[in-house]
Amino acid sequence: MSALSLVPNADRVAADAAALRAPLAIRGLTVSYGQQPAVFSVDMTLRAGAMTAIVGPNGAGKSTLMKAALGIVTPLSGRITAFGAPVELQRHRIAYVPQRASVDWDFPARVIDVVLMGMYRDLGLLGRVRAHHRDFARDCLDRVGMTDFADRQIGQLSGGQQQRVFLARALAQNADLYMLDEPFAGVDAATEKAIIAVLKGLRDEGRTVLVVHHDLATVAEYFDDVLLIATRKVAEGPVTQVFTADNLQATYGGRLATQQIDRLPGAGA
Amino acid sequence: MLWEALTLQLGYNATLVTVGAALLGFAAGVTGTFLFLRKRALVSDAISHATLPGVGLAFLAMVALGGDGRNLAGLLIGSALSAWVGLLAVSFLTRRTRLAEDAAIGAVLSVFFGFGIVLLTVIQSLGAGRQAGLEDFLLGSTAGMLRADALLIAGGGALVLAVVLALRRPLTLVTFDPDYAVARGLPVARLDLLMMGLVMAVTVIGLKVVGLILIVALLIIPPVAARFWSDRSDHVVLLSGAIGAVSAWVGAALSATAPNLPTGPMIVLTAFAIFALSLLAAPGRGVLAAALRQNRFRRRVHMRQGLLALAHGQPIYEGLTLRLLQHAGLVRPDGVPTEAGQARAARALRDEARWAELRAGPGNEAAAALHDGVRDIETVLTQDQIAEIDRRIGGPRGVPG
Repeated sequence: MSALSLVPNADRVAADAAALRAPLAIRGLTVSYGQQPAVFSVDMTLRAGAMTAIVGPNGAGKSTLMKAALGIVTPLSGRITAFGAPVELQRHRIAYVPQRASVDWDFPARVIDVVLMGMYRDLGLLGRVRAHHRDFARDCLDRVGMTDFADRQIGQLSGGQQQRVFLARALAQNADLYMLDEPFAGVDAATEKAIIAVLKGLRDEGRTVLVVHHDLATVAEYFDDVLLIATRKVAEGPVTQVFTADNLQATYGGRLATQQIDRLPGAGA
Repeated sequence: MLWEALTLQLGYNATLVTVGAALLGFAAGVTGTFLFLRKRALVSDAISHATLPGVGLAFLAMVALGGDGRNLAGLLIGSALSAWVGLLAVSFLTRRTRLAEDAAIGAVLSVFFGFGIVLLTVIQSLGAGRQAGLEDFLLGSTAGMLRADALLIAGGGALVLAVVLALRRPLTLVTFDPDYAVARGLPVARLDLLMMGLVMAVTVIGLKVVGLILIVALLIIPPVAARFWSDRSDHVVLLSGAIGAVSAWVGAALSATAPNLPTGPMIVLTAFAIFALSLLAAPGRGVLAAALRQNRFRRRVHMRQGLLALAHGQPIYEGLTLRLLQHAGLVRPDGVPTEAGQARAARALRDEARWAELRAGPGNEAAAALHDGVRDIETVLTQDQIAEIDRRIGGPRGVPG
């Protein structure tokens, strides 16, 4: 989008309207903690049915962007729509997987209880948990390979298993847009494979997946699209076009040596 | 006398007081569970101490208007208003200044309590205030409680209980994972406020029975005791309510057996007895169960060491190890492994290799932390996680016969 366009504003808004029907569209988002902007004037449009990674250095505002899109942190400015409507009206179509470390795993709950939390809407305030609810929750656990752990206390799980339980809770929402914050941080190789398989399965069903991701080496292998941010947006688009040495240099600055970039799979110069 | 008190044979009013106290105890235990799990238990201490100025001011206002200063409903409304101001003060100090919540609680608690004590002293020196009995609000007293008072307490307890049970799902979600709750569209800030409002309601209606100094115990001890018995939040909630109800029932009955025995301390001591029992005897998290587990662990260590010695063809010197192996039919009396012993030894060796691989690799800190030398890896990892490890360490190795 060129900054100095001669097209009148109304026309630009109209042209943008199509984009605003996207699973997630963010316009002019700024979030600051104190007087320090963590995300500054970011636009992004998520492509439906694609797997997109948010990539950037530590402190680049990756998680903050996702939390602001979900209303967990309040932005200073910006407009967020999901599926063509304000995001607050579309929450039932969005499943969020927070960072594993954001909760206390000594909480008195079994694995199946956490998955049932994902079915909060179906259960309602007073409705009983019925056999078909429990069966569906077990299906979700099965998809992440955790069926045998349904009755375990959640404090007894490994990091990878905790992440799988969080994913199962999101699956139980049966959503159209899945947003995951660092799902591969501190998990074992088998769990990473299992999670990627589930996410690719969701994409192949036509759902949209957005992941805050920190491992540059796997971006090209796992994702279709990528958003590069360092407080401001550096680039967004298909991995094959955007995940380039120049863009990475612009995102990471001196923190990433040129040789490192050359070794990255998919990061063409 | 105690038996009569416990079985509600001390007349209509005493019965009403005991039942009212039990309902209050149930409501406090249930509400307190969410507070405890949200790690905000101490806020209730600030709320309860902040009620005191309200009690004093309400008394003065009612006397000045020519009414009866001891009217319980009026005193409770006054205490609720000043508790609300205290709660706002804690929330303001925490959000708008750099003070941490514990410091804000300490500041609000002491200032409000100090102001309340000054008011009470002033009231004592007034002619009208001498028989006001306001000091009962400090430690609680059911003596001389009117029927209307007891009904007010029972009704309030029932109302709080109904609200908490109706909202248990959203409250649980907010307590476990507030960010996820926001993303699901739950009004998290309002639910947190409601939780504080319920705590305030329990505090205010519990003032007469338990007293403001000790009401915090009825909110915190029951959930802490209940947590020993269950790993499911819905069970902890109900169990905590039951513990609160029993404590209040027994405590109220105990205080009825002797004149001038304050009700609050009796209730708290009963709750503590239940807590101590839970700490000792609860399966799983209790102290005795932990000791038994330790002993079982010792035997499993010996068994494992023996099996690994067999796998490596080393001699075994430990008497306990040999006895355990023989008893399980894994070695013959002359120390030679049986066929079953060889198979078990091979499995132990493989398990060791898998654990070693798990602990060497990244990303499995939590599972690796469960490594205690005797636990089978199958109880810790999923099948595909084990398959991944096996892929890295290669096929099974034989054992020397």
